[in-house]
Amino acid sequence: MFEIRCPYCGPRDEPEFKYGGQAHVAYPADPELLSDEEWARFLFVRDNSRGRYAERWNHAAGCRRWFNVIRDTGTHELVGSYRVGEQPEDAR
Amino acid sequence: MKRLDDRGRIDHDHSFEFTYDGRTLTAHPGDTLASALLANGVDVIGTSVLMSRPRGVVTDNVTDPHAFAQVGTGSVTEPLMRMNEVEVFAGFEAEGRLHQGLLPTERESTRFEKRFAHCDVLVVGAGPAGLSAALAAADAGSRVILVDDHPHLGGALLGGEKLIDDKPATRWVADVEARLRANPDVTILTRTTAFNNGDQGAVALMERVTEHLPEAKRDGRALRRMWQVRTHELVVATGATERPLVFADNDRPGVMLAAGVRGFLHRFGLVPEKLVVFTACDDAYRTAIDLAGAGVDVQMVVDVRKDPQGSLIKRTRELGIEIRDNAAVIGTDGDADGVLTAVRVASLDGGVPEAIACDCLAVSGGWDPLFDLHLHVSGGSRWNRKLVGFVPDGSLPGIRVTGAAAGIFGTAGCRRDGHVVGLVAAEATGHGTTADGPAAPEGHDANEGPTADFVDVPGTERIHAFVDQHRDVALAGVDRALGSGIHHVEHVKRYTLVGTGTEQGRTAKVNAGRLTARHFGLDFAEVGISNARPLAQPMTFGSLAGRSLGVRFDPVRTTSIHPWHVAHGAIFEDVGQWKRPWFFPQGNEDMDAAVLRECAAVREGVGMMDASTLGKIDVKGKDAGEFLDRLYTGVMSSLKPGRARYGVMCKADGMVMDDGVVLRLADDHFMATTTTGGAAGVLDWMEDFLQTEWPYLDVWLTSVTEQWATVAVVGPKAREVMAVLAPELDVTQDAFKFMQLEDAVVAGIESRVARISFSGELAFEINVPMTYGLALWEAVFAAGQPFGITPYGTESMHVLRAEKGYFIVGQETDGTVTPLDLGLDWMIADKEFVGRRSLRRSDMLRDDRKQLVGILPVDSKDRLPEGAQLIDSAEYEIPVSMIGHVTSSYESSAMGRTFGLALVRNGRNRIGETIYAPLADRTVAVEIVDAVIFDQEGARRDG
Ligand SMILES: [Zn+2]
Repeated sequence: MFEIRCPYCGPRDEPEFKYGGQAHVAYPADPELLSDEEWARFLFVRDNSRGRYAERWNHAAGCRRWFNVIRDTGTHELVGSYRVGEQPEDAR
Repeated sequence: MKRLDDRGRIDHDHSFEFTYDGRTLTAHPGDTLASALLANGVDVIGTSVLMSRPRGVVTDNVTDPHAFAQVGTGSVTEPLMRMNEVEVFAGFEAEGRLHQGLLPTERESTRFEKRFAHCDVLVVGAGPAGLSAALAAADAGSRVILVDDHPHLGGALLGGEKLIDDKPATRWVADVEARLRANPDVTILTRTTAFNNGDQGAVALMERVTEHLPEAKRDGRALRRMWQVRTHELVVATGATERPLVFADNDRPGVMLAAGVRGFLHRFGLVPEKLVVFTACDDAYRTAIDLAGAGVDVQMVVDVRKDPQGSLIKRTRELGIEIRDNAAVIGTDGDADGVLTAVRVASLDGGVPEAIACDCLAVSGGWDPLFDLHLHVSGGSRWNRKLVGFVPDGSLPGIRVTGAAAGIFGTAGCRRDGHVVGLVAAEATGHGTTADGPAAPEGHDANEGPTADFVDVPGTERIHAFVDQHRDVALAGVDRALGSGIHHVEHVKRYTLVGTGTEQGRTAKVNAGRLTARHFGLDFAEVGISNARPLAQPMTFGSLAGRSLGVRFDPVRTTSIHPWHVAHGAIFEDVGQWKRPWFFPQGNEDMDAAVLRECAAVREGVGMMDASTLGKIDVKGKDAGEFLDRLYTGVMSSLKPGRARYGVMCKADGMVMDDGVVLRLADDHFMATTTTGGAAGVLDWMEDFLQTEWPYLDVWLTSVTEQWATVAVVGPKAREVMAVLAPELDVTQDAFKFMQLEDAVVAGIESRVARISFSGELAFEINVPMTYGLALWEAVFAAGQPFGITPYGTESMHVLRAEKGYFIVGQETDGTVTPLDLGLDWMIADKEFVGRRSLRRSDMLRDDRKQLVGILPVDSKDRLPEGAQLIDSAEYEIPVSMIGHVTSSYESSAMGRTFGLALVRNGRNRIGETIYAPLADRTVAVEIVDAVIFDQEGARRDG
């Protein structure tokens, strides 16, 4: 059970949160300009890497805010959290 | 075994009776089930799983490979309880079931609790290292939780005669315990097992709260309590476990682990008549020394090592105990019950074996440090050749292993290391510094010689030389695995089941790994042992679930009208967490009869339905319309206040996600309704886009599902009922049109009335604050009496909407259905919305996609089962290609026949064709028709 730091509420237990997949995958600004392949890549393809990974979490049973977490997928170390609009370097 | 009146920590002055396998036995307060059985001469506690061999208690702790019992009777019976952990009491009942337990036959009435706790330093294990760590950390000012699975603190010190500062070690334990208990920031949990270590210091503990007490003394308290602790620092001081040696008939009752024999003496005052010790290490000599001191006839110590030296060996010799070095026990003899009567000892260089009479053989093959809590979080381990055991490798943030768990044997060494670890852990939590902390305790340990790297006696008989007594795997079984081409230790484990037992294979895994390595001429350090995964000890599901059972696990949601439904005999259906009336049977009606009656009432007169469970999301802000336009396939921003519009939303992949009517209440205020089961997901989905994609939009979302009760009044006579209920509301068609909203007083209650229909009939949905729901419902029911108003449930609602070809999310759709598949081309507005791009992916443009159509069985009485597959021809051979499936199937009172909805490949271009549903007992011909089967022109909507 992770202890996740919500940037708004502080550290809380994992059951309060909902996972949201890889971070920084924006909904394309103009999907109509994308080829089928580019669109499919957005829909279905995500990184699955070992090491530091930026991912989205929602404090679903708390403040209900979405934010990002840097997690080491190899060690489960939670390196830090940061708000929507901030960059991974801002994680703390 | 025999009980000595002056030994052990039990209460010799009191005794009581308990039952084992139907026999009445006697025990003392403080006895475990294992010690009580030994004291009563129950040498054979049961038989082994495969070979049905008699087995007895092997050691005094939870690593015992087969000391498991079924405890309790009736609804509180629990399987596979560890005999060395279970404490007996007056009236206690158990049954020897060593390998397969019985589940309770009824739901457990036992109470299990859960609680959460936070601390700076969690110390697991209260032996010399754990106690020293806890004391150092607590004295430095940290908040400490100290846990131990025994009833008393002390760990290995309880099972020996060690001295600390020239006084019995138990005096030191009592002194440390007193100092810890006097500190308000220290919590001590005995009878508590740390069984799982999760990430970021989340450690799960199971505390046996009243399990050891007779029912009358439990006072309604929980039997067990699970603690979920979040600790900054974890100190793992879980000690080490002893492993056996492998030789012929090493599973005979009376053959025990050496430290276990010593433990039964010091903890329970139990001794055998005649003892032989068989060892590969110095520690087992303590058993010989201690038992000789208790007056036991110690026949011999058989040591596989040549000329062992050291203070313990010297002391043994001084006591006049014969030591046979470079020798082994090569077999055992037993009586008619299989219980040990003698061992056969021979030199490892050969020669004639000598039989030595004894009723107990104390065996030690060495010690395995126990550090599961380090392994649970991917901590490493390495083989230490000097110790002949695995030790933790590398360090993990916030986790420190100390004492025997870290490979430090000897009381003084454990105290020193524990003390330092405690200071370091405290410093990490901001309390004290290691530099200024109190000095480590003095003292030195006995000089012990190296443990021999020895597993099995060379040349021993292999069929009954057991490697894993729990799984009944002997050398021959391991030979078979290795001979079949298996060469990975994980595969050997799965082939033989070595190490997979209820006791986690504690006494078997290391030996099995070493045998595997030796067979292939490999270095065991590289072969390693099979993984240690959570849980460190098996726990019953009941104690893990705690009180999270039934409605506490999955809440039941009901509307404010629910009591009326119950009082009027509704049969309920679960929709998500909601209880919804399914149908309201009258008299002896079955479901079909009730549904036909309810549907007929709606089509011919008037019906009423509790629609309060529909999801309702308040959408406010100046960009609310723009926001909804981006999520629904249709346009919502063009709605005028006071009007409503049906909408569908897709996931990004273009598949239908949810649907519902959107009401515009004001320029900057909408209310979006969702399906009953989809409400929470839709709100989450909306929040996600609002916060992460379009944070610049001025929009606020609030769930109001539970704030509004909704009663739908439906049918040709709905207007007449409304006229009675709301005399000041103009319900004429000109004044109150389809998809229009009106604020009105209905039955004296301020209401929001909407003309929304999910049946194709004239319908009014009356929304009132949830607390007024029942009052409104009763008023509608009373006002509708002259018109024969009929309450109906979800089944009739489903039939009525299916007649009109309205799909239901989750019934007609399954995450692979697009709006186009449902024939909703007319709802795709000319603007961007989430998922739109997916609708022109090549797969979405295939002309053989499954499309929603209506189906009419040629035999108008034949009702197809929902889910039935559809094929092209009446004659077929398996395998046959399926062209679709039935999504809904009902009997229609309005049409006087059966009908259904189906998803059929290219279905809309095949209207009028006949296809077939192959069922187990018949093949049903069905005609494909338009999805809207009833009232195709929509003439009924306005009454
Ligand atoms: Zn939060």
